[in-house]
Amino acid sequence: MNHILPLLVGIPLGMSVINLILSKASKRISDVIAPLAVLAVAVLSFYLLGTETTAYWMGGWYPPFGITLLYDGLTSLLLIVVNTVAFLAIFYSISYMEKYTSKPKFYSLFLLMLAGMNGVVITGDLFNMFVFLEIASIASYALVGFGVEHEELEASFKYLILGSFASTMILLGIALTYAMTGTVNMADAATMLQSIPASKTMAFAAGAFIMGFALKSGLVPFHAWLPDAHPSAPAPVSAMLSGVLIKAIGVYAMLRVIFNVLGPTAINLNIMVVLGALSMAVGGFLALGQNDMKRMLAYSSISQIGYIVMAFGLGTHLGFIAGLFHLFNHAAFKSLLFLSSGAIEHATGTKDLRRLGGLSGKLPVTTTTTIAGALSISGVPPFNGFFSKLLIIIACVSAGRWFLAALAATISVVTLIYFFKMMRFSLFGELPAKLQKIREVPFPMAFSLIALSVICLAVGIAYFVGPTFSELFLEPGANVLLDGLKNNAANYISSVLGG
Amino acid sequence: MGGTSSLYIMNMALMGMGIYALIAKRHIIKKIIGVVIMEYAINLFLILLGYKTDGIAPIQDSSINAAQLAVRAVDPLPQALVLTSIVIGLGTLALMAAQAIKLYEKYKTFDMSEINRLRG
Repeated sequence: MNHILPLLVGIPLGMSVINLILSKASKRISDVIAPLAVLAVAVLSFYLLGTETTAYWMGGWYPPFGITLLYDGLTSLLLIVVNTVAFLAIFYSISYMEKYTSKPKFYSLFLLMLAGMNGVVITGDLFNMFVFLEIASIASYALVGFGVEHEELEASFKYLILGSFASTMILLGIALTYAMTGTVNMADAATMLQSIPASKTMAFAAGAFIMGFALKSGLVPFHAWLPDAHPSAPAPVSAMLSGVLIKAIGVYAMLRVIFNVLGPTAINLNIMVVLGALSMAVGGFLALGQNDMKRMLAYSSISQIGYIVMAFGLGTHLGFIAGLFHLFNHAAFKSLLFLSSGAIEHATGTKDLRRLGGLSGKLPVTTTTTIAGALSISGVPPFNGFFSKLLIIIACVSAGRWFLAALAATISVVTLIYFFKMMRFSLFGELPAKLQKIREVPFPMAFSLIALSVICLAVGIAYFVGPTFSELFLEPGANVLLDGLKNNAANYISSVLGG
Repeated sequence: MGGTSSLYIMNMALMGMGIYALIAKRHIIKKIIGVVIMEYAINLFLILLGYKTDGIAPIQDSSINAAQLAVRAVDPLPQALVLTSIVIGLGTLALMAAQAIKLYEKYKTFDMSEINRLRG
């Protein structure tokens, strides 16, 4: 069973090279093999669901010498989220990316980014995590600038400079951890750190790690690059960046390092709460004033990532469940919204809300899916966003953080307001004369939009109906975090080092 | 130990220089140089972690036994890590340089404060 784990990185990494070679023979072939490769990885990640925690030692080198890959509850949730969204995004790109030249290169970069994200999710080695993080990041810098126009290049360069700074900070954290423990294996480092007294060096390392990951996940006050980079990218890439990249290489990596290596001390958790609450509020209010559809969605991502990080920072079982559930849901509805905005841009040629309007008559599918996404993210029952936001608020109340609960509730009203603004100006009202001849999007785009809308609705209903969804997806992940919180990550350490 | 700690301090100064160039300079190429200096400072830091005065290469042959080797040899792991990190840095540098060229083609300037179409 655990021999599948390396394939999750190997298939996209290998196919990104093979795809480039084969595309010299025929351009059309990339349209087939790239989505198939992602589909294969997505199927594998569903196939692995429910298997117990297993470790895989690369090349038969036992820890702490070799690189360990680990599959546990947290990994399983992230793998499913990342690969499902990736498949729908790449299927969508088959038609959407037609207007760009050199589509095969897009597929290769996309596969590289996916390989990096899967690598970050399954690795049990700090330096290996850094390498995969860089693979995913460098591919995403290139993808943001894929249009090579003024705005794309500017956004991509800003993202690249800040991203490199974040990576350097993470590497500094790894170097300091290595200096204190003499190992880069996460479980081994955790064991060593528990046996030595807390030091200023490790406090500095924790600061470097948190700063690096907060930059990668776009938390306020490290968010400056995000509202430029995410809207400038092509729509499927925006969906990947906002939907899963900031979670896989930002939030997930932060959780792993804090809960499994450094230890979730009160300071670390409080930093997460403060960063989360700040992002939630600032992102929400900045989104209100935007007139560019994708820019509004990018600010909304900052706000929603804030919800997720804040919920994890509460340090309670319910908070973990709520955070994981919102992470899952945000991946679904934010990629849906970015893909919908891409569909609107594809049909009309603009994403400026002031020049849109009345699209509901012309684009029935896109309209329905945009409404589904907007209702989910603003927390209208029975869509999934309602339940996860409710859980976050309940978790805040049960942790005794009344102020955070009130803030979360207020910001969800703000979310509702700016999404009403978006729907009012794009879908309803009067159709501008220029847009009389627009047509509905082609099948691959419509398929991805509908699939994601169905996921948004079905997950909401599944959560409401019974505990199966929660037991299958959320509880195992929450238990991993709880193990880190209550148990000094003993289960994690024994499953990596033991066997 | 005096020698080593002054090396660490100079290493920190190098890192500070990189961050300064990254934040304070508006010229794109200077920003890129700042990123590179920062990366190299971290690489140097990693190498310093494995450094030993009068250390030997971590290769065991018939002239030395394992216990002696462990005492005298430098730590090989940081060297392996730094090699990887240098390659990653090269990839980033190539991408940054390519973007700088493209940005110059589009905006006809290297001044970051004039490259400001994205607002809000």
